Amino acid sequence: MTEAVHAPALEMRGITKRYPGVVANDRIDLDVRPGEIHALLGENGAGKTTLMNVLYGLARPDEGEILLDGEVVALTGPADAIARGISMVHQHFMLVPVLTVAENIVLGDETMKGPLFLDRKEAHRRIVELGERFGFDIDPDAKVGSLSVGWQQRVEILKALYREARILVLDEPTAVLTPQETEEIFAVLRRLAAAGHSIVFISHKLYEVLEIADRITVIRRGRVVGERSATGTTEEDLAELMVGREVSLAVDRGESTPGETVLAVKGLKARDDRGQEAVGGVDLEIRAGEILGIAGVAGNGQDELVEALVGLRRPTAGRITLDGTDITGRGSRAIYGAGVAFVPADRHRFGIVLSFPLSDNLILTNYHRPPYAHGIFRDDEAIRRTAEELIEAFDIRTPSADVRAATLSGGNQQKVIVAREFARDLRLLVLDQPTRGLDVGSIEFIHKQAIAKRDAGTAILLVSAELDEVLELSDRIAVMYRGKIVGVVDGRTADKNEVGLLMATGGRDRAADDAGGTAA
Amino acid sequence: MTTRLRRTWDVLALPLISIALSVLVGSIVILVSEWLVAGELKPGLALDAYKALLVGSIGSFNALVSTVVAATPLMLGGLSVGLAFKAGLFNIGAQGQFLMGALGAVIVGVALRESPSLIAIPASLAAGMLVGAAYGFIPGILKATSGAHEVVTTIMLNFVAVAILAAMVSGPLKVPASPQPITLDVGHAALPIIIGRNGHIGIVYALLMAVVYGWLLFRTTRGFEIRTTGANPDAARYAGMSPRRIIVWTMSAAGLLAGLAGATELLGVTHIMTASYGTTVGFDSIAVALLGRTSPLGIVVAALIFGGMRAGAPGMQIGAGVPAELVGVIQATILFFLVASPVVQRVFRLKSAKAPIEETGTFTRPTVAKR
Amino acid sequence: MEQIIQFVYGVPVIGLLAQLVGYLIAVLPDISPIILRAAVPIALAALCGVLCERSGIVNIGIEGTMLVAAFVGWAAGVFLVPILGEGAAGTIFGLTPVLLIAFLLAILSGLIVAAVHAWLSISVRADQIIAGTIINIAAFGITGYLNTLISKSSPAGAGAFTQFKPPKELLELPFVGWIFEMFLAQGPIGMSLLIVVIVFQILLFRSRWGLRTRSVGEHPRAAETVGINVTALRYRNVILAGGLAALGGAFLSLEVTGSFQQGMTAGRGFIGLAAMIIGRWTPLGAFGAALLFATSAAIGQSIGIAPPPGDLGAILDKLPGQFFDALPYLATIVVLAGVVGKSIPPAADGQPYEREAAT
Repeated sequence: MTEAVHAPALEMRGITKRYPGVVANDRIDLDVRPGEIHALLGENGAGKTTLMNVLYGLARPDEGEILLDGEVVALTGPADAIARGISMVHQHFMLVPVLTVAENIVLGDETMKGPLFLDRKEAHRRIVELGERFGFDIDPDAKVGSLSVGWQQRVEILKALYREARILVLDEPTAVLTPQETEEIFAVLRRLAAAGHSIVFISHKLYEVLEIADRITVIRRGRVVGERSATGTTEEDLAELMVGREVSLAVDRGESTPGETVLAVKGLKARDDRGQEAVGGVDLEIRAGEILGIAGVAGNGQDELVEALVGLRRPTAGRITLDGTDITGRGSRAIYGAGVAFVPADRHRFGIVLSFPLSDNLILTNYHRPPYAHGIFRDDEAIRRTAEELIEAFDIRTPSADVRAATLSGGNQQKVIVAREFARDLRLLVLDQPTRGLDVGSIEFIHKQAIAKRDAGTAILLVSAELDEVLELSDRIAVMYRGKIVGVVDGRTADKNEVGLLMATGGRDRAADDAGGTAA
Repeated sequence: MTTRLRRTWDVLALPLISIALSVLVGSIVILVSEWLVAGELKPGLALDAYKALLVGSIGSFNALVSTVVAATPLMLGGLSVGLAFKAGLFNIGAQGQFLMGALGAVIVGVALRESPSLIAIPASLAAGMLVGAAYGFIPGILKATSGAHEVVTTIMLNFVAVAILAAMVSGPLKVPASPQPITLDVGHAALPIIIGRNGHIGIVYALLMAVVYGWLLFRTTRGFEIRTTGANPDAARYAGMSPRRIIVWTMSAAGLLAGLAGATELLGVTHIMTASYGTTVGFDSIAVALLGRTSPLGIVVAALIFGGMRAGAPGMQIGAGVPAELVGVIQATILFFLVASPVVQRVFRLKSAKAPIEETGTFTRPTVAKR
Repeated sequence: MEQIIQFVYGVPVIGLLAQLVGYLIAVLPDISPIILRAAVPIALAALCGVLCERSGIVNIGIEGTMLVAAFVGWAAGVFLVPILGEGAAGTIFGLTPVLLIAFLLAILSGLIVAAVHAWLSISVRADQIIAGTIINIAAFGITGYLNTLISKSSPAGAGAFTQFKPPKELLELPFVGWIFEMFLAQGPIGMSLLIVVIVFQILLFRSRWGLRTRSVGEHPRAAETVGINVTALRYRNVILAGGLAALGGAFLSLEVTGSFQQGMTAGRGFIGLAAMIIGRWTPLGAFGAALLFATSAAIGQSIGIAPPPGDLGAILDKLPGQFFDALPYLATIVVLAGVVGKSIPPAADGQPYEREAAT
């Protein structure tokens, strides 16, 4: 670590950014020194991304100023930020899949031959040279869409280096990476810092931040709540700053009394949208009155597994039985009819129709059944009655059942889905990321409802990328890694590190795993 | 102002302002073009033209009847396009489905021209609807199975329909003795005249279909499925619906409606078919569906407005010397103001924040769910 | 040799194919200039489509754009000839001052129509297909209206460009002569088509403008984050594309006929879109597809005039003439349905783009 006395390469002073109804950034101060890796730590929705959009000229701050090398600047847009040496690696990569690596890298800052044409040779030379300098060799002619996520991220970093960025902002760079890829990216970042670049590393993962950063700024609800040096601080310390109280969201879940087997899965295989095998032979069993949590880094086949279970994706092999009946390959209509409910991860895409009134959304998966329909006729009276009951029972904050779902807050939208799916007589409840992006109150409410459902004898499958949520709720925990279940542990005695290690390595030897390579 | 009045105004303001602006634009077109071509400015000409247009569409009992007759295919076509819009589909193919419906009706109608009307008419209408539905089924099934976009396939099918029609009329359907490619008269299959000189019964079918349309969309589970598929196909799939099946079903039903439009037009108005049998009903129907905001009542009213313009246009050309094609200009201008609604609303300070055709996004949302 | 050919012709199916190939070889040299002439407006419409959709804007108003340009080209002549006089025909392409001005006005009208589409699609963020449909309805209405008005006095326009007459020696070259005839026995717009196609192809895939255009059509947000002005580039390209469509319209009224008829584009704008898809959104591919479409139409006509002998002739005789009219459309449907191979449009095609955090 370099405790140099340089002026900060970047300084943000009193940045305030308001959106209708919220103050996303409230007088935020941040400074980054040359050669420093500075982490910006905060929960989802704490205001990290807004702050970086301000820095990148994508959003104009309402108050405050930005200084580069001690000089106040007014950033008018990405082009301006780039010209001043600021580059950003977005959480969702800003790469064009059908273009080549070289084309993606030069885009917007093209090396030219004459006034019209691209100088491909020169661009190639510079890209290869940069790659060599920072330790990754890359084929400039490869199509970006054919690269693995880890390599795409390297292309993003090369893009920044190609523009001779001095300040590099990475927004949640490890969210989509495997642990090996994460290690590799960390090595690259350290090399960049050593070469004098300043790096802003945005994350909500405590251990990562401690591993990579020199200094850490924690923000909560749009405000800076603390700044720490990485040496001499602990995960617990940071967690308390980040969440604002002792991190113990644990619900009193009581003892579970598992009954008979409800769901049994044998040798299940399924492909993802690109036709690659995503679920590679999964065996599972869930019993009545039990919560089985699935832990795993996002993108290890959890989505495909869940979709196959509820009939939204056709399995390529294996058997699924519900209460002893084979339901493999049945459509979701039939599976729901057999007593399965599903709370999807992406609620805006799947769970809700934003332009429909609440009443229609509250019967979205039951609309064809009595009492909501008799034959082909809808029963508006029954629909309205049920809507009002559910709004009351699940404390959905809305003026009436007639307002469009789009007008509700995220927490209330999720309550609509939960109300609809929990209210039925159920054998199996599948929860995919049920609390992602919600406020603490909504999270607690949903957790309590899930426990109540379990105690009423429903089998529950919980998938979550938040390991803490899985640990809190699950009676048993299955760890999913590269499409397979690599271990099952008891939810009460599970050790976080043990599960984390399984998630990260699949339980195999790390060295052997590295040989697997990263280019998919 | 009472709240009810206020709400009615919110709904009607944009279409009314669009129509008013379009009439204004039409006047400018009339005056400027006359000045350019004839070299003199005749300030009264626009007024004369609109007066003639009104006389020809609502000025007399006969005028009213011809407005209704002209509105009939537009109403059915508008329902066809509107139904597809509700499912997130853009049925540019109403044109081809109309032609194929007319062709189906003329084939059966000519064959049954001497049978009792009680048999001939239902059979011919049914043929028109079936052929139209089949012609709507094609883009539907192509979209559901291969993802081929219905806008492109239906445009192509419109041209194919023109070719099929011409081939049939100059081939198997041609009256042997005639020098021109032309079919026989449909005889007893012709629709009965129920009002005035030429007011055939087709308007009753059209109004009936408008009622069925509203009932289907808002009172049945199938309608809920259609609207869900249109609003969010992924959610429809998650809810256990089959967006693919809905797409095929809706395109077929839309084809049926457009086919019925063609059949009533043929059996009610022309009675025979020539090889160059053509129409602008398909494109006008898009305008009707948009102006009517895909609501059943809206479509009926919009069809009557455009039908009135069509009925009055010849009188305008004869009476004021303003070409009948002006109607097309006005129609397009109305659509233009509707589509540019955010701008119109800002200029006129309209309260309604709801875009009139927000539910008719066609290309902006991928409609076919993944496998 | 003759015997072998006769034998092959006798084999079922294969024989028919062989006869078809034989017929094509026989008539192609004669109809090749006709083919190119039929392909020019389709190809220009297709190029317009390629440029728009590569930038992420769907334009089904190409038909209307062409129609307006065709009309303006002719109508400008009607107005200008009485003022400027006919003028002496130039030695190249029969060029007169009036003709040149009419041509330029036609192109200008195409740019204006395209600008309206760009405004609706990009700034208003209207549904692009509805916007295109409005352009078509409006174009049909306004040209029909003005045409009826002007035609009362049955006036003449500015005339038409004449065809270049290539040296006879070149045309009589064995085997390749017909190719020269195809590309050289044309008017200025027809002759320039090949150049436009090649220049467009090279610029799209080799130039900075092309790279940025493709990125804007695939992933506008990514383009924006590297400092590209998505809105401006889309505007520029859609308007420029309007010029290409207008070139196709002007070709119809100023190079082929010298007059205007109601709805004279006759669906060429739509066929152009089909050619764009079959050509997989590349200029060269679109040009090839346009040639293919034009060939099928030309062969249809040629069979009507001089049917091939033998079984093939007998079969073709039974086919209604409209079959060949419908062929390009059927081919497009087949390609779209994936029988020939998947066509993948640019990823952001048709999606309105809203800048992040507009405040």
